[in-house]
Amino acid sequence: MPTIIKLKNINKTYYSGAPLHVLKGIDLEINRGELVSIMGASGSGKSTLLNILGILDNYDTGEYHLNDVLIKNLSETRAAYFRNKLIGFIFQSFNLISFKNAMENVALPLYYQKTGRKTRNKMALEYLDRLGLKEWAYHMPNELSGGQKQRVAIARALISKPQIILADEPTGALDSKTSAEVLDVLKKVNATGMTMIIVTHESGIANQTNKIIRLKDGIIEKIEDNSEHNFSRFDIQNIK
Amino acid sequence: MISLLYEIWNTIRQNKMRTFLTGFAVAWGIFMLIVLLGSGNGLKHGFAANWGDRMVNVVQIWGGRTNIPYAGFQSGRWISLDDNDLQFTSKEFADEVTAAMGNINLGSKNISYGTEYLSSGLRGVEPDIMQVEGLKIAQGDGRFINDLDIREKRKVIVISQRAREILFKGKDEEAIGKNVNVAGTMYTVVGIYYVEDRQDITNSFIPLSTAKMVYGRGVNLSSLSFTLSDKITDEKTNTDFMNRYKKRFAEEHQISPEDDNAIWYWNRFGNYVQLTSVSGFINIAVWIIGIFTLLSGIVGVSNIMLITVRERTREFGIRKALGASPVSILKLVVLESIIITTIFGYLGLICGVGITEFAAQFFEPSSGRDSFNAFLNPTVDIGVAIQATALLIIAGTLAGLFPALKAVKIKTIEAINDK
Repeated sequence: MPTIIKLKNINKTYYSGAPLHVLKGIDLEINRGELVSIMGASGSGKSTLLNILGILDNYDTGEYHLNDVLIKNLSETRAAYFRNKLIGFIFQSFNLISFKNAMENVALPLYYQKTGRKTRNKMALEYLDRLGLKEWAYHMPNELSGGQKQRVAIARALISKPQIILADEPTGALDSKTSAEVLDVLKKVNATGMTMIIVTHESGIANQTNKIIRLKDGIIEKIEDNSEHNFSRFDIQNIK
Repeated sequence: MISLLYEIWNTIRQNKMRTFLTGFAVAWGIFMLIVLLGSGNGLKHGFAANWGDRMVNVVQIWGGRTNIPYAGFQSGRWISLDDNDLQFTSKEFADEVTAAMGNINLGSKNISYGTEYLSSGLRGVEPDIMQVEGLKIAQGDGRFINDLDIREKRKVIVISQRAREILFKGKDEEAIGKNVNVAGTMYTVVGIYYVEDRQDITNSFIPLSTAKMVYGRGVNLSSLSFTLSDKITDEKTNTDFMNRYKKRFAEEHQISPEDDNAIWYWNRFGNYVQLTSVSGFINIAVWIIGIFTLLSGIVGVSNIMLITVRERTREFGIRKALGASPVSILKLVVLESIIITTIFGYLGLICGVGITEFAAQFFEPSSGRDSFNAFLNPTVDIGVAIQATALLIIAGTLAGLFPALKAVKIKTIEAINDK
């Protein structure tokens, strides 16, 4: 399978106060269509890595190729363009715009692709329908449950037909039942061939992915193949 | 563009409180400015109305009674004006004086027509008095006394509209060409005059030459009126001229130059200059207050825009994550503030103009001999109002632009995590 993400010796240091070397040379390749999870304790650099993957943050040295495009020192406008075209985001706190209804929230990425309002609203309804939220299309985010909000966010991530989906703790704010439902949706999306990277600290979530990338202190500790999904729910390796 | 407008409309609609607060600051600023400027204008117009249509550069001279013995004369001598005064005034002060005319006050006379009568002050005058005293003749109401009347000493009379109402039963009967009896002498009515806002004036005018002949006044005049040329421009030139004139007058009548009681004069221009400077002062005061009002409006709008943009940092972060370029975010903020400030600025403008026009109805010009208008037509020049509104719109936009620029510069991920 062709590589979609290629990281070569990525380094990132934060300079607020004392310099903090967060990523210390990350090398990583992710193939198209993979379902990958990134795990690590807080402070391991997993959020920073996700932000760099999502072009929400820049890195100091190294190279990042996304879909064969070198993502380095981009202007904000250029970065926004690539985010819009290549990446779908799913956040822990959903990040829906509170004064827009579900349909308008889903349609927003298309607004930035200069799609006409009628077309994008029609498409948004289609995606909401796929996620079983058709009746909720005209509801405001505060009228939706957590699971519904996250499904709206998934629809929003999918509508621009991105190359990869980046999910940052997508079930972090949900109860176990809803988490399972949302994860099911994500797996279904992956089954259509969409590359998906999920950042999580829950081993139960990670266990459902096919590859687990373990980060520790800014380096990749190990990459585990988890195609058997027999990863311990109790994460024994981390406890010892 | 339509898409952007729809996006903004959606934002405005969903954030009513914020929109209202911004809008209110703008509308209130404009409203207060217009009410203030209107009030200032009301004061100015009030002053101006008190001058009416009378000419401002007019001087009137009367003789008085001497207080100081001089050149062999005892004090207490009456000084009367005559044609010599007219002569030296127009010849020796040709530079400063444009039209000099005599004026004979014949006192109150009984004027009758048929069975109707009234008592009216009668004055012998020259044609130019019309401009000097702001007399007007309506269309179809005949003419004023002219040069031919003076030369031929015609027995013609110009009466007031009030006099016509009494003598000719309102407008029912034609007055022009009719003969009226003025204390035993018949005069032909040639015109009916009025003075704006002075319906009570009933003086009647006959030619100066006729007055001299009929009432045996010889060369004596009651008073002298003349207009000042454009050489007299300010208080200094005016005082200077009056001092020279008084000196010459004293020479003519053999009065002590120190005798202030022997010559009486009314120099309207002097009063006018003083009043103009008062008006100018009001003008400056109103503008200063107005500018501060506008400033407070701008500060209000800026504050709200600052808070608004701060509040929307997270939203901007989300938008940027979804593919919004910094420029598109800026456009969103700036256009939104333009739309809000324009609509509410316009509303404030309408309300302000509305209330000043409404108030103007209550301050009808008062009439009557001793009437004084302190406040009249408190309205604002619409050009000024629109300029002020435009200024506030620009200020509101800039007020939104700077925090928006700052908000856009925040890293997307930090903006998203903004609480």
